[in-house]
Amino acid sequence: MKKNPYLERLYNGLIKENPTLVLMLGMCPTLAVSTAAINGVSMGLSTLAVLILSNFLISVMRNVIPDDVRLPAYIVIVASLVTVVKLLIKAYLPSVDVALGTYIDLIVVNCIILGRAEAYANKHTPGLSVMDGIGMGLGFTVALTLAGLVRELLGAGTVFGLTVFPQEYAVGIMIQPPGAFLVIALFIIIMNAIGIKTRQRQLVEIDGCSGCCATCSMRCEEGKEETK
Amino acid sequence: MIRLLLIVILNALISNVVLNQFLGICSFLGVSQRIKASASLGGAVIFVMTIASAVASALYSLVLHPLGLDFMKMIIFILVIAALVQIVEMFLKKKSPSVYKALGIYLPLITTNCAVLGIAIDNIDKFGYNFIESVFSGFGTALGYTIAIVLLAGIRSRVDETSIPRPVRGAPIVMLAAALMSIAFMGFAELQPVIEVALKGVGQ
Repeated sequence: MKKNPYLERLYNGLIKENPTLVLMLGMCPTLAVSTAAINGVSMGLSTLAVLILSNFLISVMRNVIPDDVRLPAYIVIVASLVTVVKLLIKAYLPSVDVALGTYIDLIVVNCIILGRAEAYANKHTPGLSVMDGIGMGLGFTVALTLAGLVRELLGAGTVFGLTVFPQEYAVGIMIQPPGAFLVIALFIIIMNAIGIKTRQRQLVEIDGCSGCCATCSMRCEEGKEETK
Repeated sequence: MIRLLLIVILNALISNVVLNQFLGICSFLGVSQRIKASASLGGAVIFVMTIASAVASALYSLVLHPLGLDFMKMIIFILVIAALVQIVEMFLKKKSPSVYKALGIYLPLITTNCAVLGIAIDNIDKFGYNFIESVFSGFGTALGYTIAIVLLAGIRSRVDETSIPRPVRGAPIVMLAAALMSIAFMGFAELQPVIEVALKGVGQ
């Protein structure tokens, strides 16, 4: 059965290579903004917007950008897009800006974005790259929302702000910083237990390419050059 | 002077960059296997973050703000930090090979560590610190990072010797250890109101 390559990208981003749960990229925002489901949604959608645009622009310009300076070029493109998104959020959704704060700025160092630029967008056509951005962005949004949902339910007894059970019965620590580590650890344990392979081994045993953010791609390049 | 000390304590212990702010998680989880490596990385982070905070703050108050280019700060900061790390690396390689040998391989690793950019932006947006305060805030944050990563490395060296259920091995057990550390660091939160009152009292 021949699959539609565009739909395959969506499936890949959402499930097969889910950036947060399988590739374990972008842990900082996942841990930081999952205090409530709604924060997860807004952070996920902001990242989705940046990811689609950056994938598109980088894919369009992939033959123009010289190979040697591509990482600085990508960083400038991504930083400009994040600035635009940040200003738009500040202007039209001030409450989101207050809730997410610096983490919107930090989308620029989110590993998912530079990772996809390096791994996909600079080798494929704009159409496929946009679909890849949508898939990965939705995968990130779903994972963040899920983490936010669990933390909000256990920590405050609400789901998207609607009360499920009285706050007196909630475990307050879940919406405080330790809860983030606990919930993400729980997710990975569940995935391990039901046998979905994550890239966590590489996350723990840093091998030069598995760190974070742009560093991974930069280090990889250095490694390649050394082996050459 | 007391004000600067309070800023260091506030950033290092109370709003600890990894355990409370969740910045720099990747290297926190990735390079915390051996105490020695963690301490070296911590040293490199202290070095870079202090300089980066100083440069970012100076650049903002002397160039960007007077010209009305506030919105450009993210783009400028990330490029400046990346360039800065390169310069520091070249400088150390030439002038102090022994320091370079100890910190060198970790320097590129922190170019885009989100904590460096995060604190540079927070100094301006969130705290509104002046130049000297920004330098100490950067130093305090990096100190907090070093404390956290060295402690975690200590815990992990013990974890390696125990038998753990298969699904929990690897990343999950490290995260659980980090969660327990985070709970311990929550104890410092009690200090926050005291320090905030003191900061107001001490003034500039």
